[in-house]
Amino acid sequence: MEVKRLTLFAGHYGSGKTNIAINYAVWLKSQGLPVTIADLDIVNPYFRVQDSEKLLRETGIPLIVSEYAGTNLDAPAMPKEAYGLVTDPEMYGVIDVGGDDRGALALGRYVPDILEENDYEMLLVANKARPLTRTVADTIQVMREIEEACGLPFTGLINNSNLGPDTTVQDVLDSVQYIEDLSRATGLPVKMTCVRKDLAPQLAEQIDAVFPIDLQKLYYMMEE
Amino acid sequence: MSEKVLMKGNEAIAEAAILAGCRHYFGYPITPQTEVAAYMSKKMPKIGGTFLQAESEIAAINMVYGVASTGKRAMTSSSSPGISLKTEGISYLAGADLPALIVNVQRGGPGLGGIQPSQSDYFLATRGPGHGDFHVLVFAPSSVQEMADLTSKAFELAEKYRMPAMLLADGTMGQMMEPVVLPEPVETVAEKPWAVTGTKGEREHNIINSLYLKPAELEQTNLDRFARYKLIEENEPMWEEFMMEDAEVCVVSTGITARVSRNAIVEARKQGIKVGMIRPITLWPFPKKPLVEAADKVKSFIAVELNMGQMKEDIELAIRCKKDVALCSRVGGMIPSPDEVLEAIKTTAGKEA
Repeated sequence: MEVKRLTLFAGHYGSGKTNIAINYAVWLKSQGLPVTIADLDIVNPYFRVQDSEKLLRETGIPLIVSEYAGTNLDAPAMPKEAYGLVTDPEMYGVIDVGGDDRGALALGRYVPDILEENDYEMLLVANKARPLTRTVADTIQVMREIEEACGLPFTGLINNSNLGPDTTVQDVLDSVQYIEDLSRATGLPVKMTCVRKDLAPQLAEQIDAVFPIDLQKLYYMMEE
Repeated sequence: MSEKVLMKGNEAIAEAAILAGCRHYFGYPITPQTEVAAYMSKKMPKIGGTFLQAESEIAAINMVYGVASTGKRAMTSSSSPGISLKTEGISYLAGADLPALIVNVQRGGPGLGGIQPSQSDYFLATRGPGHGDFHVLVFAPSSVQEMADLTSKAFELAEKYRMPAMLLADGTMGQMMEPVVLPEPVETVAEKPWAVTGTKGEREHNIINSLYLKPAELEQTNLDRFARYKLIEENEPMWEEFMMEDAEVCVVSTGITARVSRNAIVEARKQGIKVGMIRPITLWPFPKKPLVEAADKVKSFIAVELNMGQMKEDIELAIRCKKDVALCSRVGGMIPSPDEVLEAIKTTAGKEA
């Protein structure tokens, strides 16, 4: 997909925004672009971009995160460097917006600058396997709530329908109808379909714009 | 219905409760269980249920008492400091023999502690959370699937034995995401002849109460309750065994640490160490039977937990200190790595060699 200076990932919480943001930042970097990732999720103090700090450090991607992330302080504080990223024309920015309307509220502070520059993609990350976004109607409701909370309209969709480690090729194929219906209903283009790296070769033959991702969060599987 | 969805542990609890017929949720936000309330707030209004954010944890548990008195399935959820506040209400529920579900997604303590995962409310849950002589059923899930399944089970057994049940999860269980097959919806909940539902002038009125003016009467309610507890200890313990057939070292662990331990055990087996695991699923009743049997076979035990050795005491009690029980633990929101557990296994196995 065409790369804009700022790429924002928003959507229902637990849809995979953080995972995709990290993978996308790593991909931008691999294209030789200067990139910084910002974690604006100030609602959920568990499992954030910071958990992938090592990968980001090794890849040379600066991370902007609330100084309280990963600590015991449940304080919704915005990282002060985020404004710098939004207004720096030389830097490509990947922004992980917090989940749902509550998580997206904090983004509103940067929206006037983002709209003025107008070099951004605001992408809705959608996972059909999430119980509160199983239908197009439910997903649109979440989408409108987010837009209302932050004031930034979406410009595209990302199909991230998955069941984590259990995802099969068929699961992804079964979600194509859902994302196409969502695209028709909203008038927004499907920018990419994210799939676990091992499934990518098979799916790339059948779906446009497959984006392979490495899962960032593992919780010590029960089954070997 | 039996289609897989991707859920957070906290959401799985909420959805499973709804499927179990619970239409009354009362809560107060606290990390790391807030998604239970968030999910209920979105879903309950759509299905004609009640979601109520109470003014405090104490108010919420007493609302649960009210609904439970009518025989309806009710629940509340919180995290450690909030559960401390609820203990008075839980004692009243136990004293009035009322079924209800209390979810505790534990964080580090004591005091305000932290928001990262812990298992340090083990004593609080298993010794009877509140004043007086009583127990609650305690379930310790180790996957998002179990968060759902044990929520159903907790409602079912709470009603069967007329007592509160607690789902005791660590913060990681609440926050992690996994595919889950949700339980079938419960169509009808059993009749409750004791419930306060209006006599319609057709029967004597029922009384829900925990105050007894005559000591002998109060004594009898305690004796009756403990006769029921005895049945529960005989019939309801749940546990899972992993690679125990030829094990010489037995790891005992629940929740996230059972998952970490499982990885460590697989690695230890590759290195030729005969180690297995007993994973208690109910913490009260504590699965004594498999531990007693293991005590005759293994050389030693290791408790792997996110506290300073609370479950370790139950293991020692169960096996009557027949074998050593070592402790491998992290606290304050820290989680041991598989390597740390592997080291503990090696140290314990080495001592016996």
